[in-house]
Amino acid sequence: MSFPWAKHYTPAHPFMKWMDDRLPIPRLVYNAVGGGYEVPRNLNYFWNFGFLAGLCLVLQIVTGIVMAMHYAANTAVAFDTIEMTVRDVNWGWLMRYAHANGASAFFVVIYIHIFRGFYYGSYKAPREMVWLLGVVIFLLMMATAFMGYVLPWGQMSFWGAKVITGLFGAIPFVGEPLQQWLLGGFAPDNAALNRFFSLHYLLPFVILGVVILHIWALHIPGSSNPTGVEVKSSSDTVPFYPFYVAKDGWAIGVFAILFAIAVFYFPNALGHPDNYIPANPMSTPAHIVPEWYFWPFYAILRAFTQDFFFIPAKLMGVLAMFGAILVWFFLPWLDKSPVRSGGYRPLYRKFFFFGLIPAMLVLFYCGGAAAAEPYVMISQLAALYYFAHFLIIIPVVSAIEKPLPLPFSITESVLGKDDEAVLDVSAAPASAV
Amino acid sequence: MAETEGVRRRDFINIAAVSAAGVAGIGIVVPLVSQMSASADVLAASSTEIDISAIQPGQAIKAVFRKQPVFVRNLTPHEIEAANKVDVASLRDPQTLEERTKEGKENWLITMGVCTHLGCVPLGAGEGEVKGEFGGYFCPCHGSAYDTAARIRKGPAPKNLEVPKYEFSSDTVVKIG
Amino acid sequence: MARILSILVGLFFTVALAWSFGKGAYTQITEPPAATAEHEFHLHPKELHLASDGPFGKFDKQQLQRGFQIYKEVCSACHSLSHVAFRDLAALGYSEGQVKAIAAGFQVPGVDPTTGEANTRPGLPTDYFPKPFANDTAARAANNNAIPPDLSLMTKARHEGGPYVYSLLTGFQAQPAALLKEFPDAKTPDGLHYNPYFANLNLAMAPPLTADGQVESSPGNPKPTVDQMAKDVSAFLVWTAEPKLEKRNQTGLAVVLFLIFATVLGYMSYRNIWAGKKH
Repeated sequence: MSFPWAKHYTPAHPFMKWMDDRLPIPRLVYNAVGGGYEVPRNLNYFWNFGFLAGLCLVLQIVTGIVMAMHYAANTAVAFDTIEMTVRDVNWGWLMRYAHANGASAFFVVIYIHIFRGFYYGSYKAPREMVWLLGVVIFLLMMATAFMGYVLPWGQMSFWGAKVITGLFGAIPFVGEPLQQWLLGGFAPDNAALNRFFSLHYLLPFVILGVVILHIWALHIPGSSNPTGVEVKSSSDTVPFYPFYVAKDGWAIGVFAILFAIAVFYFPNALGHPDNYIPANPMSTPAHIVPEWYFWPFYAILRAFTQDFFFIPAKLMGVLAMFGAILVWFFLPWLDKSPVRSGGYRPLYRKFFFFGLIPAMLVLFYCGGAAAAEPYVMISQLAALYYFAHFLIIIPVVSAIEKPLPLPFSITESVLGKDDEAVLDVSAAPASAV
Repeated sequence: MAETEGVRRRDFINIAAVSAAGVAGIGIVVPLVSQMSASADVLAASSTEIDISAIQPGQAIKAVFRKQPVFVRNLTPHEIEAANKVDVASLRDPQTLEERTKEGKENWLITMGVCTHLGCVPLGAGEGEVKGEFGGYFCPCHGSAYDTAARIRKGPAPKNLEVPKYEFSSDTVVKIG
Repeated sequence: MARILSILVGLFFTVALAWSFGKGAYTQITEPPAATAEHEFHLHPKELHLASDGPFGKFDKQQLQRGFQIYKEVCSACHSLSHVAFRDLAALGYSEGQVKAIAAGFQVPGVDPTTGEANTRPGLPTDYFPKPFANDTAARAANNNAIPPDLSLMTKARHEGGPYVYSLLTGFQAQPAALLKEFPDAKTPDGLHYNPYFANLNLAMAPPLTADGQVESSPGNPKPTVDQMAKDVSAFLVWTAEPKLEKRNQTGLAVVLFLIFATVLGYMSYRNIWAGKKH
């Protein structure tokens, strides 16, 4: 579906016509990311991050396939094959560093993408399904990243695998058998490494499938925009091609520069030195932390230090850690405010900037810090706010808040007024391009 | 006029930007393709030393060179004679035994044990294996028969068994590669 | 209804956290955690400047050769270098013949061709540096129950790896009197050696570089003081951990410059396509 004024695909070449009648892939692309997809004209740069996330997925799949060509999932040689890739394979060092830092880049992009959704209310009707699929993608990404980190079979790989599967051990009754089933043994070993490799290769393609659904679901109502006002007329939108292709294009350039600087000059900055020590089941590193993108949730896990009535602290932490993400699934129904964009919600905006963002940053910091005071106490306060924000503040704020007046339309928000004369003026250059 | 100049300039920028993206694309493809070629450790492991002192005339051994078999054969005078009797011009891949061995060491026939048809290992080097109707090697996959100079005489193989680069480090040691 | 349910769930988590926080804070006040010797006396690595530092860094091959010599004559007695092959030494500026000679100077595990029994043979350029101990048990037995770690990746396996190795090698000293006064129980046990750059302060390795001139220097190289030798071997271990560093820096420069150029073009093209379209 698209807006009635969207351009239609008309194959120019006879071959394209022939193709269109049999397998209309060009038409699909044209309507998805070409001239046939009409997009609000007022998107800001936060809207580039969806496209960038797609790029990261492709980057990870491509470099990952290369890594798999040189990797062997066997505890005796896994560490060595990675080193061999870096030292002896042509451009192997580049592939390895691009893949490892690509995971970080993917999460940087996805966190910005998610928080853009929080601020601008992208999860609200009629885009709930887009949001739900997005949370599914995020969960799949976390699983994939975790299993990928195990593959080099360094110290952090091994102890990460042990600790994270240990979380399932907290589940009452079935916990221990479940953990043993996940690992295929009493501790991470060949069985675990092989299944993690298998799933690490599989899940990205599952992500790709859900991404396609995510984009499909997005194209039903069309993209949201910073005002949160729905598209009303043709002057509100521009075709994706060439306008947003050009904008995404140069954003890719900026992203690529930053990514190249990380890969070529700070390739190990986001990694942990201990993972350059081969896995040793007999000795735990002094300071074990997961990769940085898990830190907020790891901080929440560690924040529960006391049994709560009959619930043991360990189980409480596991519940909270999963709950911290699962709560996002309910967001479209927790936030009942009729206004979408945080820009027109004075109270919500305050909580977003002065509550959620600082709490999240604190959780990031504490998750990476040692499990000692004062970090645990600080993370307890931040985690407390985190849950209060989603489960208490958002429902209450959306009930009591008095939103600011919304612009009549996207065009009005851009041009200050929206009348026929203005429409003509703004339409002219578009036809010239 | 000024208008079309402006349009041209703008078109030029767009074309330049797309071209730069194309160059970047090629730049990405190069390492992706080149990573599949042989890695440094594989390339480095490309010479083998073989002790030939225990090989009696008429015997042959199989050694490993670049992960493939090499046949080292000590020819009997009779086999040398048989090889030299053949009319070279009549061969599919014309070569004399002399061209395929080192001067003064014509009895040492050193060839890759890889059939030039589709890469099977021919029989004839191991004890008790059939040597084919020309007394050299016989490839069981598709019936290529090689003579005592390991030249192709019959069957689908297009070339003689390849003679690798080698030298005698001493009278009893051969260095291949 | 959904709203009430959500607030209840929210209260469940927030109250549990407040409870954890309160108990934690109470414990913190009533039983403040005891200070430890590691916490107070551990030092961050000293500064070390190597030619390979920074985005334009290049290896100083002379220094790497000196460092290799120290590894060969001192470290290799206990520490393996298992990810490095002799052929890799060509990157230090050795000729093919020199690499062969170096390799032949090491005995690597082999197989007797007549009996099939394990033996040793002189190394070839394709061989990797041999391990000084047959297995972990042998390494433990020979080293006072501590396994000397492999050094190939040492400078990437520690924070600030190069400076860390340099600091550790030059950091052996007598245990400070202040430490013993404050923590009488923390006296360095027999067989261990006090070193403030080591995470738990007491290291099983005895000071390996003990005297100036321990390793003979060739003409044109600095005098082999303990400090200089520690620097050289650190530089060598930076190379063993990241042999592709130079190529990485050079490729990176070309890539980033090209990307900046392409991005400027992309931005101009973007401005040009959006020209006249307010947004």
